[in-house]
Amino acid sequence: MTRPVLDVRDLKKIYGQGEATVHALRGVNLTVERGDYVAIMGSSGSGKSTLMNILGALDIPSSGTYLLDGVDVSRLGDRQLALARNRLIGFIFQAFNLIPRTSAVANVELPLAYAGVKPKERRRRAMAALDIVGLAERAKHEPNQLSGGQQQRVAVARALVTEPALLLADEPTGNLDTRSTEDVLNVFDQLSAAGRTIVLITHEPEVGDRAKRLIRLVDGDIVADVRQSPIHRPPVGAFSGGRHAQ
Amino acid sequence: MSFYEVVRFALRGLSANKLRSALTMLGILIGVAAVILLVAVGNGSAKAVSDRIEALGTNTVTVMSTGRGGSSSTALTKDMADALVDPVLAPDVKSVSPVVSSSSTVTYEGTDHDVSSFVGTTPGWFAASNTPVGQGAAFTADDEAQGRRVVVIGQTVAEELFPGVDPIDKQVTVGGALFTVIGVLEEKSSTGFQDANDTAVAPLTAVRQVLTGYGSLNSILVEAKDPDKVDAVQSEVSTILNQKMNVTTGSSTTPYRIQNASQLLETQTETADTFTTLLGAVAAISLLVGGIGITNIMLVTVTERTREIGIRKALGAPRRVILTQFLIEATLLSVIGGALGVAAALIGSNFEIVGVKPVIVPSSVGLALGVSIAIGLFFGGLPASRAARLRPIDALRYE
Ligand SMILES: Nc1ncnc2c1ncn2[C@@H]1O[C@H](COP(=O)(O)OP(=O)(O)OP(=O)(O)O)[C@@H](O)[C@H]1O
Ligand SMILES: [Mg+2]
Repeated sequence: MTRPVLDVRDLKKIYGQGEATVHALRGVNLTVERGDYVAIMGSSGSGKSTLMNILGALDIPSSGTYLLDGVDVSRLGDRQLALARNRLIGFIFQAFNLIPRTSAVANVELPLAYAGVKPKERRRRAMAALDIVGLAERAKHEPNQLSGGQQQRVAVARALVTEPALLLADEPTGNLDTRSTEDVLNVFDQLSAAGRTIVLITHEPEVGDRAKRLIRLVDGDIVADVRQSPIHRPPVGAFSGGRHAQ
Repeated sequence: MSFYEVVRFALRGLSANKLRSALTMLGILIGVAAVILLVAVGNGSAKAVSDRIEALGTNTVTVMSTGRGGSSSTALTKDMADALVDPVLAPDVKSVSPVVSSSSTVTYEGTDHDVSSFVGTTPGWFAASNTPVGQGAAFTADDEAQGRRVVVIGQTVAEELFPGVDPIDKQVTVGGALFTVIGVLEEKSSTGFQDANDTAVAPLTAVRQVLTGYGSLNSILVEAKDPDKVDAVQSEVSTILNQKMNVTTGSSTTPYRIQNASQLLETQTETADTFTTLLGAVAAISLLVGGIGITNIMLVTVTERTREIGIRKALGAPRRVILTQFLIEATLLSVIGGALGVAAALIGSNFEIVGVKPVIVPSSVGLALGVSIAIGLFFGGLPASRAARLRPIDALRYE
């Protein structure tokens, strides 16, 4: 049996102290197998981003264990964490988090630079990633010259560019219109069909419907975990006629 | 990730924030240039003072009275000056010039000029005090003996009273008496607050008669036959004066003071050193202010940079790479700013500043550069190293 990509046990996250204590996660148990496509839904403030940040090794839980590819993340040092974030995980932030005053293509190149890819190859792959999200002609623009949706798509391109085995996306379509949403979801379907693992957060039911598995979070607890389609088959949307269909 | 790549990242970081980079460099530039220039001005004025004292000649001693007022027991008299010319008791003395001086108003055809130092002396003074006459001639021993009212004026006086006119043989009024200008002194380099060219020299007899009266002398300038004999002259002079003024041998206090040029040089250098220290303090403050400016700019941008560091860490940058990048940025800023500051100071030192030609002190260059680079590195590196240690999510939330 292959080990799960994500294995979370009794994860708790408590913010603040005393009166201001917030229990953002109250003992979450979750395993995600390789190749799964998971959507997490839940009302605002239910702890989705908190969970996602921990899964992305960007934050640490107050208690509980988190195994990433079978490795306990809390035991990793700075270099190993950096390596995991760079090679294994592609992370899309709810707030984009592009580097200001730096062109879209330079932003997309960044993870490749830290991976030690040569400048020429970097530029080529970054342009290819921008092309996938339909922003090739905006490559030279800086974040403040792009619309919210365009910035979000640059962030998606940046997460895709390293071809990570695990894609974590915090509301990747939150600022997009139906067409752009469709484009981004087609990219995700394609990645999923190629065997990559995807976890995304969304508020939109039609986005959640396309995932293979749907998790509902309420007040820091998982209240529903529904398999919508089998893991080892392409996701429902993959053959629905999008331009990225094989 | 290669070091070369990190350097490119740092350069991109700097050019992405041009205004901030420029302001930081400007702060360092001003701090460095101010320190170097101010110290150079202090050093330059000290050097000018010592040059001038050396120009006074190193083979003279000056006798001054220590008493105040005209108390007869401490006063220097013409008689004492004459007694110093004694081939037996004082074989090493070449010349003796009694000196009286006062400030006085000189008038020529209705134009007044206040001469700060109107000197009455004997002809030997010109050579002894290293004050050559440029135009015309000095007065003679005969002029002195006869009490002729002739005067040799300094450059400043000549310019003030005789603009575009040849002053020789013109008659000026001093203290109600007419003096004939017979010469103009060569221009002297002057430093500090007193203009060395604002002077006039006339025969001792004439000046005593007209201006100062027959009281005590201000000083006696004694010239040695050889610079090596200055010490001998000094002891000969004190022997004669002790006799003249009835000072018991071995008495610790004397009514007069003998100074030679090297002593003068020493005290003047001390004064100049104080001046340099003062300017250095001012410079240090300006470096501090510059440093605070740098600190401010670096700290103000820390929020933004902390978020940026959070993003970079989330994308897989190890702490070491981030630290290297930010340290290179800070180093480039402070080194370039510092180098520009040194350049500005070098250019500035070619000009006279408040009448002083600055002379760069090499150690001040090192100090200014060192301090500013240290400040730049510290305040550029410290927030970066702190941010690089944060968890990415905390860095991203930083505000
Ligand atoms: N840094 C923090 N300090 C204190 N409380 C926090 C912090 N971050 C999040 N919280 C709290 O934790 C809870 C969960 O927040 P989280 O960001 O995970 O919500 P979310 O499900 O992503 O919501 P949304 O759909 O609005 O993005 C919220 O109540 C929030 O107020
Ligand atoms: Mg959220």
